[in-house]
Amino acid sequence: MKQVLLLFLLLPISAAAQETKLSVPYSITTLPNGLTMILHEDHTTPTIAVNLWYHVGSGSEKPGRTGFAHLFEHLMFEGSGHVPEGKFDELLEKAGGENNGSTSTDRTNYWINVPSNALELALYLESDRMGYLPDAMTKDKVDGQRDVVKNERRQSYENRPYGMAGIILDENLFPPTHPYHWPTIGSMEDLAAASYEDVLEFFKKYYVPRNASLSIAGDIDPRLVRALVEKWFGEIPGGAAVAPVDAPPAFLAEEKRLMMEDKVSLPRLYMAWLSPRMFAPGDAELDLLANILAGGKNSRLYKRLVYDLQIAQDITSYQSSSALASTYMIIATARAGKTLGEIERVIQEELDRIVKEPPTRREVDRAVNQFESSYLSRLESVGGFGGKADQLNAYYVMTGNPDYFNEDLARYRAIDPQDISGYAATTLRNDARVVLSVVPNGKKELASGSAKEVKPQ
Amino acid sequence: MKNRFVLVVFSVAMLVHAAMAQKPDRSAPPEPGSAPEFSVTAIQKFTLPNGLPVFLLEKHQVPLVQINLMVRAGTAMDPAGKSGLASMTALMMKEGAGKRDALTLADDIDYLGAQITSIAGQHAMAVRLQTPIERMDPALALFADIVLKPTFPAAELARKKTERLTALLQWRDEARTLGSIALNRTLYGDQHPYGIPSVGTETTLRAMTRDDCAQFHATWFKPNYAALIVVGDVTLKEMRQKLGAAFGSWKSGKGSAPALTAIKQVAGREIVLVDKPGAAQTEIRIGRIGVPRTTPDYYALVVMNTVLGGAFSSRLNLNLREEHGYTYGASSAFDFRPLPGPFLAASAVQTAVTDKALVEFMKELRGIRESISEAEVERARNYVALTYPSDFQTVAQIAGQVEEMVIYQLPDSYINDYIRNILSVTKEDVLRVARQTIDPDNIVVVLVGDKKIIEQPVKALDLGPIVGKTIDDVLGPAPVLEDKK
Repeated sequence: MKQVLLLFLLLPISAAAQETKLSVPYSITTLPNGLTMILHEDHTTPTIAVNLWYHVGSGSEKPGRTGFAHLFEHLMFEGSGHVPEGKFDELLEKAGGENNGSTSTDRTNYWINVPSNALELALYLESDRMGYLPDAMTKDKVDGQRDVVKNERRQSYENRPYGMAGIILDENLFPPTHPYHWPTIGSMEDLAAASYEDVLEFFKKYYVPRNASLSIAGDIDPRLVRALVEKWFGEIPGGAAVAPVDAPPAFLAEEKRLMMEDKVSLPRLYMAWLSPRMFAPGDAELDLLANILAGGKNSRLYKRLVYDLQIAQDITSYQSSSALASTYMIIATARAGKTLGEIERVIQEELDRIVKEPPTRREVDRAVNQFESSYLSRLESVGGFGGKADQLNAYYVMTGNPDYFNEDLARYRAIDPQDISGYAATTLRNDARVVLSVVPNGKKELASGSAKEVKPQ
Repeated sequence: MKNRFVLVVFSVAMLVHAAMAQKPDRSAPPEPGSAPEFSVTAIQKFTLPNGLPVFLLEKHQVPLVQINLMVRAGTAMDPAGKSGLASMTALMMKEGAGKRDALTLADDIDYLGAQITSIAGQHAMAVRLQTPIERMDPALALFADIVLKPTFPAAELARKKTERLTALLQWRDEARTLGSIALNRTLYGDQHPYGIPSVGTETTLRAMTRDDCAQFHATWFKPNYAALIVVGDVTLKEMRQKLGAAFGSWKSGKGSAPALTAIKQVAGREIVLVDKPGAAQTEIRIGRIGVPRTTPDYYALVVMNTVLGGAFSSRLNLNLREEHGYTYGASSAFDFRPLPGPFLAASAVQTAVTDKALVEFMKELRGIRESISEAEVERARNYVALTYPSDFQTVAQIAGQVEEMVIYQLPDSYINDYIRNILSVTKEDVLRVARQTIDPDNIVVVLVGDKKIIEQPVKALDLGPIVGKTIDDVLGPAPVLEDKK
């Protein structure tokens, strides 16, 4: 097939509304074994993205086995019944393919991007590890990836400045019984305890077609792809349905003020709240609030802390939305000689202000316009993390509708400024939050207010 | 909320097939057929009346446009004693332009949902705009102001200086950053721009004035040093008119680049140990002087590096991660530039196995010179060549490819010939360039880690003299930032 870069206009612009209508046409099928399949054609480049979600993440882990879902993800690349160790990557590289995977609290995703001639190879490899992983599993492989994951923890958390702060925050935002209490990377102790038998048990329970959804996007002929998916995945027994993770709603009944020492030069303040789960009322409003507070030079907190007062080096605010609950963050690093206390006072003033009076129309439009642009650029790539195949899968899992792009964006377009203040008032409460000061070693006095010392495990 | 109808396509024939569910033959992986052809539609070129060249690619899938303006000047043009000037100038171009002050400019860009970035590389600077097509006109006006009429307010420079000095302070915390800076400094010395951090030092930053920035901009932001790259949902006809109106009155001029000191290849082995007490890992950087981007061996080097450390199945990653579990990943790369940039091999390894990891690094750096299999070369070749089309999905990716063509004056056929050029690299080419460029007897090894644990075991390897360094040696003394009013 001859491929050029000039093809279709997928996105007609609605002139009347002056709003771009986003649309990612798809088809959805459920195989008899329960595997969901979503297909989307995009012939921009001769590339196909194969994206598989297993509906299990660190939230499903047992006590004493934190980090297991992620360790298991690593083992998925180490060979399966018909694919010797090392061949998964070798075969894909030889075909011009790339691959990766990631684990969150709610799900584990795997993606393979291949040139369009190598789709069947990708399906063969992906189906072999779904159907035959245990045939090739050994204690040595578990030990090998255990060492790799421990180094991932060292590299991404322990040896990174402020790297343990996120773990401390989740431990304090969520009660020990809540599945978001512990980190996806796991503790060193639990990683050491993970066994070969755990791997087999986890695979049998969670890595079954009925607990997975497969999204394929790119340079495809949908009829051909359906037949190939049926060929390679159809034989795999569907397995038992997995009950959704059951968790009582998380809530904080107090303000926790914490302090942690780290090998850093400058102190950093973290303010964290529990917020509505993804797509629940308030979720979109708080996303906009984060942009109004700290997105861009003229945002409220950036302008005051970094631009006018120059007491902070940086300011970040974002909501991290998940299936069971979300967290809302404000993070600021102090300039040398400036205190976290004065930074916190300014943040508090701005929170009090936005609760009392809604943001201006221009502030809201500025935020919505930035969201609109980001939704357009999200339609450019088919593969990898955040490509269209991944997004179709995410929307399917969260809403039942893979092409939820326009509905998702419409949430932001419809927001009334008053609602942003309303959700700021109910969510960003002073009496239900975690305030963490990370201070340079030996400088505990730099914490904001009186704070209880915590030490990362 | 309105929910879209979910289209369920369910073929009866497939159901029947599934019911019979015969097992597919898994004894051998399916062989991919011949690779799909890939080509990019011709880059359309035109020149504005003042000589400014424009490279344009139409791409209509998503209503976005990317417009990059680049000039052939960068941090390598920092005048003597003014390191950091090019990168500060790039930063300052967004701190006020035309009639807008810094806050108004930022607010107006954000309001359009546009993104404008301004950065300096070693030999090129770029101002890059991405905007929804329906807001292109106002976004282009802001973009042109930033390129042509930055105002460089002194108060904004004072802010940016403190921000940078604070960043220099924060770098002291980051083992990765320390490793890269220590390696570059050891390879290129304190006089060459490749050897010193391009953001400048405390001394040069404190001495910098808004006139320095204004003069650097006035010297190099000229149409005779510049090119415009446009990719997206546009046509040549409309862009000729719009770009002509925005950039047509821009006047040429002549700048002079400072002479650079000669680059000398590493002779012998040197181990630089930067102490980071209590570090959970050691950051390893092993490097030497590489080769310029213009080398005729470019494609062979890309394939060779893929075998050594440029893919998951590369020798370094399979050895240090998969076989030994010393690290989360190990890799190598040539940093291709107009002058010879560094070659480096890198990893972050658990502190206790630093010496063992070094032994494996040395083994692989030696091994790549000794033998290489046809299968490895074929895999690396295919990996590089056949993943190439996926780098052309976004307007920003495509514009980036064209930037590279402009900087290195690559031929028009470069993109469409790329795959063939990679696929024609032979095993002999790979071995030859490995022997020419990888030499473990003449390298610099930088270790950033806990000296009291790693020094003795590393010394016992007898790789060469160990030079102990402090963070001050690498970055200079910590900037004094408190109460300097």
